[in-house]
Amino acid sequence: MNTLMMLIRRIANLCRKEFLAVLKDPKSRAILIVPALVQSMLFGYAATYELNRVPYAVLDYSHSAAAMRFTARLEADGIFRRVANARNEQEARDLIDTQKALLILHFPPDFERSLYSGQPAPLQLILDGRNSNTAGSAAAHVNAVAMNYNREWRAQTGAPEPRLQIASRAWYNPNLETRWNLMPGLIAALSMLQTLLLTALSVAREREHGTFDQLLVTPMTPAEIMVGKALPPVCIGLLQSTIILLVTRFWFGVPLAGSVLHIYAGLTLFTVACVGIGLSISALSANMQQAMLYTFVLVMPMMLLSGLTTPVRNMPELLQLLTMANPLRFAIDMVQRIYLEGVGLGTVWPNLIPLLIIAALTLPLAAWLFRHRLV
Amino acid sequence: MSRGFMQRLVALTRKEFRQLLRDSSNLAIGIVLPIVLILIFGYGLSLDVKNAPVAIVLEDGSPTAFEAVAGLRLSPVFSPVMLGSMHDAEALMRERKVDAIVRVPASFARDLGMGTARIQLLVHGSEANRATIILNYATAALGRKAGPGPGIAVEQRMWFNAANTSTWYLVPGLIVLIMTLVGAFLTALVMAREWERGTLEALFVTPVRPAEILLAKIIPYFCVGMCGLILCLLAARFLFHVPMQGSLLILLFSSMLYLFVAVGMGLLISSVTRNQFIASQVALLTSFMPSLMLSGFLFDLRNVPVVVRVVGNVLPATHFMELVKTLFLAGNVWPLILRNCAILAAYAVVLLGLARFVTRKKLD
Repeated sequence: MNTLMMLIRRIANLCRKEFLAVLKDPKSRAILIVPALVQSMLFGYAATYELNRVPYAVLDYSHSAAAMRFTARLEADGIFRRVANARNEQEARDLIDTQKALLILHFPPDFERSLYSGQPAPLQLILDGRNSNTAGSAAAHVNAVAMNYNREWRAQTGAPEPRLQIASRAWYNPNLETRWNLMPGLIAALSMLQTLLLTALSVAREREHGTFDQLLVTPMTPAEIMVGKALPPVCIGLLQSTIILLVTRFWFGVPLAGSVLHIYAGLTLFTVACVGIGLSISALSANMQQAMLYTFVLVMPMMLLSGLTTPVRNMPELLQLLTMANPLRFAIDMVQRIYLEGVGLGTVWPNLIPLLIIAALTLPLAAWLFRHRLV
Repeated sequence: MSRGFMQRLVALTRKEFRQLLRDSSNLAIGIVLPIVLILIFGYGLSLDVKNAPVAIVLEDGSPTAFEAVAGLRLSPVFSPVMLGSMHDAEALMRERKVDAIVRVPASFARDLGMGTARIQLLVHGSEANRATIILNYATAALGRKAGPGPGIAVEQRMWFNAANTSTWYLVPGLIVLIMTLVGAFLTALVMAREWERGTLEALFVTPVRPAEILLAKIIPYFCVGMCGLILCLLAARFLFHVPMQGSLLILLFSSMLYLFVAVGMGLLISSVTRNQFIASQVALLTSFMPSLMLSGFLFDLRNVPVVVRVVGNVLPATHFMELVKTLFLAGNVWPLILRNCAILAAYAVVLLGLARFVTRKKLD
């Protein structure tokens, strides 16, 4: 019992020292709190694949009332904004080249005539493919407006309705807002970035300053040092996650379908796994610079192959396999599903296994490396 | 320039190169990381949907119903699974085994004759962008049955990206990320280290001038950045076959400009923070994350609120991104090139000037 108390006290002392090392400097205090807040707000607004104020131009050779009615209809919901009326092809080309317009609506001279004679009236849509994703969404939007226009026009003229209707609906995210899936992803991703760097630096800094050797000759075992070094970053990581979670729920108002308790249970395991990776990097590197660079070489692919910005399901099979080694991928999937779909850990447990494996491998590895690093 | 200046500069630069080459972690970020990123970006990052699993529930077994969903079965976007009941399909959707459900009701063939036929389309919305694309494609594939009636028929043409693939705009964007990383992040670390260890103070007692110290720091990292650039260009051209519409010379010139901006940012960060931990965090937060999220690399800046657009436009990365994408995909659009190059040049001058101003021969 006494030895247990001693053990806890030793670890608590080391934790206290670690917290002090990070938090005593106001600059480093600020850097652990403010960016999480600012980034989650900024990225929450920035990260959208939805259309909003699309600049477009019209090249109207038909000079017809029908064309005017169509553009008025297109502008009605405020998403499309007309920036210019091009007089000829060259002007239209310049508008796209200089990125003043994302798309051009080109009405051929016989547009209205074809429409009134009951033929399909061709309307040409020219899109700037420098961002093919936005262009694709814009094209789909114009198509939808054209369908509505046609329906009304048929109703007015008594032309036959198309015989088939498609009723569509989206689950879990009825308006298909990118923010809804991005923000829960950020809860895991943003905190991982800084936690990893913080942990990777903790041992490397002591090695560089020579205090780590002193720590090794104290009565503390490597396992105890490991626990003492791991606890503070886990707390800081969870604090950052909490900030982003609050911004997601209350600032952006993304409805929370699942249980906060389950999210935290999953996040804790994820943060422990990250801290394990960070400590291993830290134990491997000779100085802070190496620790930071190795962290970075690891973090960039982890961020990009996590499904945060582009879905894992769009990747080729081989890379999808590779993401199996990426803790962030599982954390994002887990948080998103608990948050948006309202499932519990009972459903997303397959995501926890890789996190457990990573934590179970890296933490002992780090403790072992403290003494056995090959230089 | 005096002879002493050149001598000192050569000596210092040589020292910096040695330091750079001695530590394998520098090479990891200068050479290995670009290669890894090129492969990830080219093959991994994609906004295009292929072979999305879709459950088709045919409650009506008639040939008409079968024909109605034929468009889905032929499209490369979908890989459909035929299911007997809506119950099974919903279970698959909950487990995320399928991205969408297409339900053809039992009375479909009869309703079609009466002109009131409906097909139900459900998508899994948790990845919104992917879901939107699936929704659009599925609607188009199913709607083909309705045929081209009278009314407006939209024909679309995609300029600058005939293949309609996101790889074409993601790979050029990668150049921006790599240059930012090498320029700002690596430089910030190296310089902050000298401040923290006090080796810079040791340099201050020698005859070298601050400008020479800075120049000697810039040259090696500039070279590493150019290596990264050349790797990216080769990969873009020969691995991913991204067309190069504009002039290669302008691209090289503007990349050099941007590299100066990035290095200037790195030097400034390190001189202000003088601490490796804070410098690395600041570099991460001001260079990498914004150029990934706010520069128009993935998310089109035209879609965001004004405040965020302003923040995005303050970033030099945004202007370089616009330039690189245009040069690759659209060609030499002079008004755009001149404007962005001028902005980058202004940033380079201001940032390097500030770095020079902050780096004075003064002890704390």
